[in-house]
Amino acid sequence: MKIIRWFLGAVVLIVIIAMVVVRPFPFLFYPDLPYIGVLGRAMYILVLACALCLYRVFMGPTGADRIVAIDIFGIMIIGFCAVLTISTGRSWYIDIGIAWALQSFIATLALSKYLEGKGFDE
Amino acid sequence: MSDIIGLVFIAVGLAFDFFGCLGLVRLPDVYNRLQAATKSVTLGTCSILFGTFLIVGANAAGLKSLLCIIFILLTSPVAAHAVARGAHRAGFKLWDKSVIDRYAEDKEGEI
Repeated sequence: MKIIRWFLGAVVLIVIIAMVVVRPFPFLFYPDLPYIGVLGRAMYILVLACALCLYRVFMGPTGADRIVAIDIFGIMIIGFCAVLTISTGRSWYIDIGIAWALQSFIATLALSKYLEGKGFDE
Repeated sequence: MSDIIGLVFIAVGLAFDFFGCLGLVRLPDVYNRLQAATKSVTLGTCSILFGTFLIVGANAAGLKSLLCIIFILLTSPVAAHAVARGAHRAGFKLWDKSVIDRYAEDKEGEI
């Protein structure tokens, strides 16, 4: 069982390094924009880190793990919006980031109050 | 020149983000995961937003990214503290090899 887990970890690390070095699927991005060589790799790293967060959301043993993972996921979406702002040159992506930050903060506070076992008006 | 400095800031922030999420997967406990993920991901995202400000310049998008840095630095520790307090009061156990638990001692002192 431990050998299987080591093997899966090695496969995941090799996939991450290969996707950062080779940068496949160029049709997912806008090809003629500035710094696409750096920012495309940045998008891949952010997507894989969000996949690690989603692993913790699905497999978390307790409820608090899921709440922490959703909070971290919401913070990393803001970084993704900033990278999209640079690479496309459209300034409304950072508006989406600010709105997501507000929503994520309020959602985390409400979920922690629910975890504590009290009502919301206390 | 400021574009290159901004790209360096973005690369440092990406490294912080990725290692924070790796700690979220690897560490054994709720509280360990919280203290690994929250601090490093907050700093990494602030670094990415500051790199965005350096590349884009002082127009609407850059100033909104500075506003977003201030907002994240204010709200993320509050959310992490609320989650830790809620988890401890709901009775989630610490790891077996944890050394000390000051918050339980304080609660015994109150009662």
